[in-house]
Amino acid sequence: MTDRASLVFEIGCEEIPAGLLAKAATELKAILEKHLEANRLLVAPVVTFAAPRRLAAISNAVLLAQTDEKKEVLGPPKSVAFDNVGQPTRAAESFSKKQGVPISSLYTTMTPRGEYLAARLIIRGKTARELLAEILTRAIRELSFPRSMCWTGKKGARFIRPVRWIVAVLDGKVIPFEFEGVASGNTTRGHRFLAHSKNIKITEPKDYLSRLRSNFVLADAPERRKKIEREIRSIAAKGKWRVHEDPALLETVTYLNEYPTVIRGDFDARYLELPWEIIVTVMRDHQKYFAVENRRNEIEPHFLAVINLDKGRAGLVRRGHEKVLRARLADAEFFWQSDQKRRLADYSEMLAHITFESRLGSYRDKTERMREIARKIARNWFDSGIHGADIGAADRAAQLAKCDLATEMVREFTELQGIMGGLYARSQGEDEDVAWAVYDHYKPVGTEDTVPRNLTGCAVSIADKLDSLAACFAVGIVPTGSSDPFGLRRAASGIIQILLEKNLSMSLSTAISSAAQTLGSHAPKIKVPVEVENKVLEFIGERAKYLFREKYGFAYDEVNAAMAASADDLVDVRNRILALRAIRYTENFEPLAVAFRRIRKILEKAGPDCGRAAAVDDALLRADAEQLLHREARSLAERASKHKRTGQYKEALEAISELRPTVDRFFDDVLVMDPDAAVRKNRLALLAGLLKEFSTIADFSEMAAEEKRDEPSKSLVR
Amino acid sequence: MMARAAARAALKKNMNDGIHFSISFQDLIFGLETYWSKQGCVIQQPYDVEVGAGTMHPETFFRVLGPNSYRVAYVQPSRRPADGRYGENPNRLYKHTQLQVILKPSPANIQDLYLDSLRALGINLREHDIRFEEDNWESPTLGAWGVGWQVLLDGLEITQFTYFQQSGGIDLDPVSCELTYGLERIAAFLQDVDSVFQLRWSRDTSYGDIRLPEEEQFSTYSFEWADARRTREMFDLCEKEAQAILAHRDRAAKSSSQRRAPILAAYDFCLKCSHLFNILDSRGAISTTERAALIARVRALSCQIARDYSVTNGWMESESGSDEVTSSRQDRKRQ
Repeated sequence: MTDRASLVFEIGCEEIPAGLLAKAATELKAILEKHLEANRLLVAPVVTFAAPRRLAAISNAVLLAQTDEKKEVLGPPKSVAFDNVGQPTRAAESFSKKQGVPISSLYTTMTPRGEYLAARLIIRGKTARELLAEILTRAIRELSFPRSMCWTGKKGARFIRPVRWIVAVLDGKVIPFEFEGVASGNTTRGHRFLAHSKNIKITEPKDYLSRLRSNFVLADAPERRKKIEREIRSIAAKGKWRVHEDPALLETVTYLNEYPTVIRGDFDARYLELPWEIIVTVMRDHQKYFAVENRRNEIEPHFLAVINLDKGRAGLVRRGHEKVLRARLADAEFFWQSDQKRRLADYSEMLAHITFESRLGSYRDKTERMREIARKIARNWFDSGIHGADIGAADRAAQLAKCDLATEMVREFTELQGIMGGLYARSQGEDEDVAWAVYDHYKPVGTEDTVPRNLTGCAVSIADKLDSLAACFAVGIVPTGSSDPFGLRRAASGIIQILLEKNLSMSLSTAISSAAQTLGSHAPKIKVPVEVENKVLEFIGERAKYLFREKYGFAYDEVNAAMAASADDLVDVRNRILALRAIRYTENFEPLAVAFRRIRKILEKAGPDCGRAAAVDDALLRADAEQLLHREARSLAERASKHKRTGQYKEALEAISELRPTVDRFFDDVLVMDPDAAVRKNRLALLAGLLKEFSTIADFSEMAAEEKRDEPSKSLVR
Repeated sequence: MMARAAARAALKKNMNDGIHFSISFQDLIFGLETYWSKQGCVIQQPYDVEVGAGTMHPETFFRVLGPNSYRVAYVQPSRRPADGRYGENPNRLYKHTQLQVILKPSPANIQDLYLDSLRALGINLREHDIRFEEDNWESPTLGAWGVGWQVLLDGLEITQFTYFQQSGGIDLDPVSCELTYGLERIAAFLQDVDSVFQLRWSRDTSYGDIRLPEEEQFSTYSFEWADARRTREMFDLCEKEAQAILAHRDRAAKSSSQRRAPILAAYDFCLKCSHLFNILDSRGAISTTERAALIARVRALSCQIARDYSVTNGWMESESGSDEVTSSRQDRKRQ
């Protein structure tokens, strides 16, 4: 098709931070498609690529020009445009001149306001070449990055790093424009040191990846990832090892290299005496190396480094990397030994110098609060007869939990927080239960992470997170949008995950109150008003709704219905959701839910106090249907609450749904809004009582009708 | 004569093979200074007040302000009391040596210029894994920050590469590029030694011969002996002196003595405050709330100094001048 042409666009840049590239490529695609569409040039989707020194977009088909547009322009009314003998007036002439259309081509047209003179204009479409210069410049400007910079001066453009070259080719020819002193062209650059030529000509999309590839740049991230994975597998297979899986690290090295190549290196086996967590972290965080394991899951004294070269030449690179790692491991070994010149508990003094938050005191203050809360939680579990609850262990673990923040190792490798404390505790002969609790107490660190392995760890983890939530909310640190510096969303989710996954019953409101009280009685003695406690409860409730839906896969209305009834004990909420899910498709339930929605509407319409608080007066129940409903409801409520007390929610709901025919009959036979005020009030009281009585397991009026139910789950898939 | 030529040929061959001629620590300094001198840099001397980084040298702090082009390179021994390890750790030092380059404005080929400096040291870049990894830099006490990378050579961090965005709380225009070479690390790479103390400083003398006593004694001082009360008093005194100079300068504003008003002396006292703060910090003598407050006090000095310096040079209007300037400054702060 001759009206279509190919487009190649590349922003050549100094090294873009690896973590931002994937998102930038997605954004570039969206921006270009948006502008191409708005300018009526888009035919095929735009494909984008991202590598450290470039963001690129290609399209095999954009329109070479906009199609012409026809447009009618109204002029003066006919009465003004023509004199009484039908000759055009000066008004008509000036309209003709202004629109550039001869008077003979003008015509009259009927409008709602009368007959008007009109001209038909053809607006010539602009060429893609004219439009793209503007579109591409805007694309560079519109790409958004956190922490962008200027490089030409304060008034200059901002971008993530300086732009050094631009490729902009339409239909084989350069689209000329300039951005920040850089003129667009048709040459790109290959690998800094390995490229065969300095300038690589690109005229067509099909050349883009291949010409760069032959100059040692793999512009396509999946291609780089595959190369890394292939080489890791092959090296690991040779040594009969298995790579220590690390998807985040794989992603980082994919975007850190233009031509990634995996090389193997070794380290002195004596470092294997260090806990594996330290070895893996040192390699990953400082050097971005993969660790390898043998069949017994033990770390082997080797590593896999991803370098930005075609091969490790003459063993030089390998030797360099080995040497750097040796120094790092020597550092870690030094920390491991020097940290243990004191006992872990002795570091608690130093926690006084580490701020948690300026208004909320130091980590020493936080530790004291955590101890108090953890003891209470453990006591609660102990009193409920939960196996493994140990108040003394919870107290000790909470006391030690933050001590590692003052150690050299954690100051150097912050991501080892908790883990180091656990390792030090274990190697110093702390109780196993306590050591694991310290080790795990930051868990879960995301919705995919596991929860602490023992109950003591759960108590400390919940205590830590509850304290953070109550304390931060008390001083007004509340997550908004993307800003959540203290990870409060994660803290709330963590509490929820622990309770649900460990099947631990706990009253959230009581737990929050106890955290609030602790904050008032321990340094820095901040009073937490009840409203703040409620806000925290609400915040956790919202997170719970989210997790029930997105992580545990419940339908949104089941979650809302169960949580509207009561949301204080999440294990109980889950049992109620499960019961609801089991019963919702039975014969009686769905119509009953409809009836409850109707009841709620009637009550809402009747006003807030109408009959709600009042007791039902048997004498005023006139119709058979209402008498029957009153009787039935009472007996079913008794049955239902018996089941409820023993936690048999499904049976309770089944009992409730037996009410369906009676409710139906009531609505068939009885007019609630009786003209007699006393009767009316009594009926409203009956319905209000019904709604209240039967909404303690779930608020059925929250249940969506069949057809609506799937809607939100669609967004889940997305 | 023949022997020397043969040796040179062997050396050249070694370099081509990627095996580096083991250049001494001082040769490394000469090499970089010569290279940057050829790029038009003034070769400056280290500053004679204790600093934590080459950035604090007046040749960086003041030169990046204002519109004037400038290129400078210098060695700066940098003291980081908390990093001291009594000379026992092979890589950590109380005082390490930076070679700092400022190019103002930053030229478009700055990365190539930098890579050429490595080539000038005999490093064959095709044989090594060179990488620019994101690393943004901030100095809260100087009110300065920038974005850039750490440059890694076979996994070893050898240079901090920063596009300076702000200094003394002032947006920089034009943008300067700052290159900070970690000389001990580069030398350890080139000489292939595991401990900085094994480095050859000159032909016959090792790094340890020269520097070990310093590491031992200053580590002992800043971790164990520094008297917190006296150090705090010194901090207060230095701050007062700096403030006094700045206050006096305000009074002298617009008078003929303005050019002689000793802003540079105020800056020296600001640097002393920064160093004294570092000693208190390494001594573990600073509480949580005090820490932030002390940093803010040093920052207040450095930002005031940067403003006064800019005003004196006519790059900025005086604070007591028109309201417009004041409000535009507040705008910038808000940004």
